[in-house]
Amino acid sequence: MSRHLLDCRRLLCPMPVIRIQDRIAELEPGDELEAICTDPGVMQDIPAWCRINGHQVLETREEDDEYILLLRVGEGE
Amino acid sequence: MQRKAVALISGGLDSLLAVRIIQEQDIHVEGINFFTGFCVEGHTHAIRKKDQKKPKRNNALWAAEQLGIKLHIVDIVEEYKQVVFNPRYGYGANLNPCLDCKIFMVKKAKEWMEAHGFDFIITGEVVGQRPKSQRKDTMPIVQRDSGIGDRLLRPLCAKNLPPTLPEREGWVDREKLYDFSGRTRKPQMALAKQFGFEDYAQPAGGCCFLTDEQYSVKLQDLWKARGSRQYEMDDIMLLKVGRHIRSRPEYKLIISREEGEGKFLQGYRKLYPSLKTVSHPGPLCLIDGDFAEEQIEEAARIVARYSQGKNAPEVELEYRDTEGNTRLVTVTPLAPHELKKEWVV
Repeated sequence: MSRHLLDCRRLLCPMPVIRIQDRIAELEPGDELEAICTDPGVMQDIPAWCRINGHQVLETREEDDEYILLLRVGEGE
Repeated sequence: MQRKAVALISGGLDSLLAVRIIQEQDIHVEGINFFTGFCVEGHTHAIRKKDQKKPKRNNALWAAEQLGIKLHIVDIVEEYKQVVFNPRYGYGANLNPCLDCKIFMVKKAKEWMEAHGFDFIITGEVVGQRPKSQRKDTMPIVQRDSGIGDRLLRPLCAKNLPPTLPEREGWVDREKLYDFSGRTRKPQMALAKQFGFEDYAQPAGGCCFLTDEQYSVKLQDLWKARGSRQYEMDDIMLLKVGRHIRSRPEYKLIISREEGEGKFLQGYRKLYPSLKTVSHPGPLCLIDGDFAEEQIEEAARIVARYSQGKNAPEVELEYRDTEGNTRLVTVTPLAPHELKKEWVV
């Protein structure tokens, strides 16, 4: 298991979702990805994308106008 | 062997229904959604504080979740530029290259379909629904120019069209497809009710900023000012935000209209010089183009005009360059008659 960081600041949805989708495609099941975003829409979209695609949202938090999501990569197909 | 279809998902009602119709025929469906940069998203509107009560969901993701399908969102911003710059079939009422856009998206979906071992593509198109891309004479052009041929199935209007490969091969039962046509939405709404879909995105035909007259004017202004039909992602994002004032051909001011926009524009201060009122509450302004520091005062007067100090004898503003160096400037706000109508893009 490894942990990775992804900067999605200034990106408007769906770009953060696309960046996360493409980054997760390169990771292994069980890996964790922390995404830092500034579009509040990510708090709705990224959990929805994770539910659809079988990944887990471990934590979401808001800090100084930034939205931080910690995700765990699922098993995939 | 279970057949597999990839569906173009916009998040609107038609694609939602098209998928459900095919799912009912025991076909495995996954969705694909293309991001061109011009997509109208609830979130883009949500930049503005006054719009924050509107739902912030992404409709394509929401639709996929309702349908229980995977959704693949594909960034086509760079490739899509050629569609915007040189549409073979021309533009619609504004800068919307609808037919070329549909051809391009089906072509990209075909590439995805082939790479992932899927059998055919479905869309929510309806004959006669859109003036350019969804007409009986243009729908075959999409099939021909995209190269998809008869592997493109439009479940909502299939009975009005020649049978496609999935129908001829018996992968889907043509009798269970539909014969919708024209601009009426009533059959779709009735079908939505039948399927139990109650809360779906209102299909107003406005999923793309290029269909918006005001947006198209701003994009044309950008091209004219730069002397070429080019744009970057930041440009097309900023065209969605703020008041755009071009008081000189070489630069324009992007002035926030309220707090949410101001907050959003702050994120661009390392890319563009900016002005912000400090003596009075007021907007944040980005300066886009060739701007000389000697022009600070005249730009500052315009920005001050939109601050709460617009009637004050003097307003103080902070000018910040892209390196973060700042200086204060004090100006008299522009009088209403000095603000020329033609400056407003």
